[in-house]
Amino acid sequence: MKSVFSLLPEQASTVAGQVDAIYLFLVAVSIFCMIFAGLLVLVFSIRYRRRAGVESEQPHEDSRLEIFAGVCMLVLLMTLFGWGAKVYFHSVRPPADAMEIMVTGKQWMWKLQHPQGKREINELHVPVGRPIQLTMTSEDVIHSFFIPAFRIKQDVLPGRYTRLWFEATKVGKYHLFCAEYCGTEHSMMGGWVTVMTPADYERWLGGEVAPIAGAPQETPAQLGEKLFAQLGCTACHSGAPGSLGPDLAGLPGSTVKFTDGTQAVADDDYLRESILDAQTHIVEGYLPVMPVFRGTVNEDQVIQLIAYIKSLSGGAH
Amino acid sequence: MSEASTNATATAAPKSYLDDGSTIRSWLLTIDHKRIAILYLISITIFFALGAFAAAAFRLELLTPQGDFLSAETYNKFFTMHGIVMIFFFLLPSIPAVMGNFLIPIMIGAKDMAFPRLNLLSWYVFMAGAGLAISAIIAGGVDTGWTFYTPYSSMYANSHVILAVTGAFIAGFSSIMTGLNIIVTVQKMRAPGLTWFRLPLFVWSMYATSLVVLLGTPVVAISLAMIFVERFLGFGIFDPALGGDPVLFQHIFWFYSHPAVYIMILPSMGVISEVIACFSRRRVYGYTFVAFSSLAIAVIGFFVWGHHMFVSGQSAYAGVIFSFLTFFVAIPTAIKIINWIMTMHKGSISFDAPMLYAFGFLGLFLVGGLTGLFLSTMATDVHLHDTYFVVSHFHYVMVGGGVMGFFAALHYWWPKMMGRMYPEGWAKFAAIVIFIGFNLTFLPQFQMGYHGMPRRYHAYAPEFQIMHVMSTAGASVMGAGYLTMFSYLIWSLFKGKKASANPWDSRGLEWETACPPPTHNFLETPVVTQDAYSFDLPSVTCVLEKKDKPEEHRV
Amino acid sequence: MSSASQANEHVAHHFESAEQQRQSAQLGMWAFLVTEVMFFSGLFAAYIIYRSLYPEAWTVGSHMLSIGLGGFNTIILLCSSLTMALAVHAAQTDKRGASARWIILTIVLGLAFLGVKMVEYSAKIEHHLVPGAHFHLDPAQELANLQAAGVQVGDHLRHAMETVNTAHVQLFFSLYFAITGLHALHMIIGIGVMIWLLKTTIEGRYSSAYINPVEVSGLYWHFVDIVWIFLFPLLYLVGRH
Repeated sequence: MKSVFSLLPEQASTVAGQVDAIYLFLVAVSIFCMIFAGLLVLVFSIRYRRRAGVESEQPHEDSRLEIFAGVCMLVLLMTLFGWGAKVYFHSVRPPADAMEIMVTGKQWMWKLQHPQGKREINELHVPVGRPIQLTMTSEDVIHSFFIPAFRIKQDVLPGRYTRLWFEATKVGKYHLFCAEYCGTEHSMMGGWVTVMTPADYERWLGGEVAPIAGAPQETPAQLGEKLFAQLGCTACHSGAPGSLGPDLAGLPGSTVKFTDGTQAVADDDYLRESILDAQTHIVEGYLPVMPVFRGTVNEDQVIQLIAYIKSLSGGAH
Repeated sequence: MSEASTNATATAAPKSYLDDGSTIRSWLLTIDHKRIAILYLISITIFFALGAFAAAAFRLELLTPQGDFLSAETYNKFFTMHGIVMIFFFLLPSIPAVMGNFLIPIMIGAKDMAFPRLNLLSWYVFMAGAGLAISAIIAGGVDTGWTFYTPYSSMYANSHVILAVTGAFIAGFSSIMTGLNIIVTVQKMRAPGLTWFRLPLFVWSMYATSLVVLLGTPVVAISLAMIFVERFLGFGIFDPALGGDPVLFQHIFWFYSHPAVYIMILPSMGVISEVIACFSRRRVYGYTFVAFSSLAIAVIGFFVWGHHMFVSGQSAYAGVIFSFLTFFVAIPTAIKIINWIMTMHKGSISFDAPMLYAFGFLGLFLVGGLTGLFLSTMATDVHLHDTYFVVSHFHYVMVGGGVMGFFAALHYWWPKMMGRMYPEGWAKFAAIVIFIGFNLTFLPQFQMGYHGMPRRYHAYAPEFQIMHVMSTAGASVMGAGYLTMFSYLIWSLFKGKKASANPWDSRGLEWETACPPPTHNFLETPVVTQDAYSFDLPSVTCVLEKKDKPEEHRV
Repeated sequence: MSSASQANEHVAHHFESAEQQRQSAQLGMWAFLVTEVMFFSGLFAAYIIYRSLYPEAWTVGSHMLSIGLGGFNTIILLCSSLTMALAVHAAQTDKRGASARWIILTIVLGLAFLGVKMVEYSAKIEHHLVPGAHFHLDPAQELANLQAAGVQVGDHLRHAMETVNTAHVQLFFSLYFAITGLHALHMIIGIGVMIWLLKTTIEGRYSSAYINPVEVSGLYWHFVDIVWIFLFPLLYLVGRH
């Protein structure tokens, strides 16, 4: 681990280097401006210090200096803006082939679930060199998922999903922090991100690296399937013709039309809302008969149900 | 005018405002803007001490990574108290309510603020708000952070949020009253001949500040009221379970609270214009640019609030627009800094204590401004948001800029306010100690911030300890500087040399009346004939062409 | 100038002339009203955002409000603006008695508004429409009630009633109570100001030479009316279509 006195902290993701490049440029600009302003103040202080018999000379109104300075500033600032926005957009758009890990924040822990079913708390194990997408929600207040070595951060909100992605470039162990103040044990809400070689990761998934005691090894989709049956969803969403509810295979990612004439893409947020408060949007051709599941299922279970629904159309994907 | 002359004949030597009544009643029921300013000065000094105490406690706590001096709960309450007290009860009223109240009527040649009773009421309202906030602290504290983010503040926190929120809400109305008074006073009560472009730049910056206060403060008031409604009455407004949006609270909150930063810094900018001009004996370079840049900062400041929310879950496109607009704040700010430095060019510079504080402002505010660029650039902000880098940045702006400006003002106008001089040597010493202590405290915080140290952490990763130790050491140096300053200023009230009417040989109406000024500021309404900063002339009321005995206008 | 200030004992010590004092009072009140607009705007922002997110909840919420009582209150407030304007006019033309009578009428109308508002609030309390633990709304039952009462239920309303999420209707009522409550608070303050104005008018403090308090109080009263003129359509009417 690098010393806190080193200019840059550990770089362990694909965006880290790009962010650091902007940072170094800004450091250089800042040092230049400070030296320049400092020298001017120093020189003026000596050259024009008060001396007996020497009067000050009053300035004339002249806008050339201000306009020149303003234009220079504008060029610098727009460069910064463009550069910063470009790297930002790169860092917020996950690639299509990213592996999705579900994250639930609650006071004061992170619960994570890998697509193969492995679950962890306050620890995240990921393979090096593979894009990872985190789909995150909170069970209570606002949290923020922050991995300094990857230079990424995203607030985690109750009631909706936010996303974060990265591709680790270096095997190692890095801090995971909660960056949004969330209550008494805010500073304890964190742990470690362990970046492993793909082979080690597979071994870890297989359980050779000690799993969390009692953590089920079923995938979220499998857990979701059980829930789906337990909650009685199959009664209407069996996919059989004439069912009360729509067939869910092929639904994720498609465009759905509602009875009020509007439409939406069936993304995670839509699926979440439809599970919890089905009445909000009624799909064309169906009746508003589905019960409200808010309070019946928790965020982890919603995630599992969504995983199951997605798995129904897995072949098509 | 006849009123003034009858006054003058009745009492040959006019009483200073300080001697005009010595009972407690004469202070607590005063409608004299100068006495109200002193009431504010005393109150904010107490609140500053309270906020500093909280800071001292948690800086001590942060000496060790495991957090053994304070419990997590107490630590959270201390940083919240530091934020609430310092922002709502020290910084926001510091220059506007003390210096603005005291100086604006004198600078524009008026006898008082336009609404003297409203002015007194504002102090009582301020104290009522402060009383509620302090009762929240006594009752057991608040642990939400000064930003009161929902749903934590409205649904989860187990502390005295309602008292604190109500206190801040009420204090907001005191700012509004002061801002309203300043706007009307500057618009309607300027002395004859005092056109807008003859005004001292301090008045311009206070005018811009007051516009921000009037437009912004009610919005934060309503956002706090919504927390109150949600928490106290149980009406869901931001509750995600009802489909409410907690990010909406952040939008409404920052719509004010970002401009609020300019409420804290714009007045200081005005002070620096005055001080640098006086001690360089030169008209401020590019007066119109400096004046309009204050207004530009006030206006642009209302369109950049979203830069506090790049990682909050607002849309990426909204973030881009806010980032773009934010960069435009940097232009008028940079022009101001350039113009202050250029004011020294070809001047006749002396290094009295106010000038040293102004230099301190220049250095620290420059760092604050430049590090602002790191945070308005989206890619770097994602990494830096909610780390110590941000903490350090806003301390450079609000303490390095705002508070150093306030100290420069206090030293520059101290003889005018109190009629006494402070010991110059000690004042210079304290200025240097505070400057060094400040940098020792906050420079390490930039470094830890970039290395990923999140803010509001009670316990932290051990590798950051060395930086925290440096920061705490620096804070104690800074604290020593504050104590020195407090001591010699108090000493000067009793033992200081009597000040002459214009100890710095400065220009401006405030220097053309006695030190301290009489109750109605001027015995006769002054007639202004010259620009501010006419250092090549004997006074701003002198008449050059017509021989009109300029001495008569002077007190 | 000096003779003018001696002629009018109402010019405070720090003003040069009655005109300066009058302009200051007016500018001060206008500036205050700007802060009031901003004060309400935070709530309006919340209103706009939630309405665009949950239009059907707004439709249902609007239908739960009594358009008759709201409309009646609108008329009351418009009348009170008229009586206030007449009070100011009477003061300007030195008709002290008339001014006092118009102020009394304004107070009466203001109280009537608050009375009607109380009737509306208590109806909401009775129907469990106050947000929080006791909130209860059964859209299907409401729809049946409407049809039983012989009301023509349009497709728009029927659809909203069928699909609405009652949690979102709670948001509507939170904002309804917050906004109208804040407005009612302004009315109460306004009535307080009017009572003080009545007292000072009867004492004979105002004449054509000095009516600043009457004028600025009038501005405030008109402002509170105008807020209602926005509230009534936004809360009661817009959701109906």
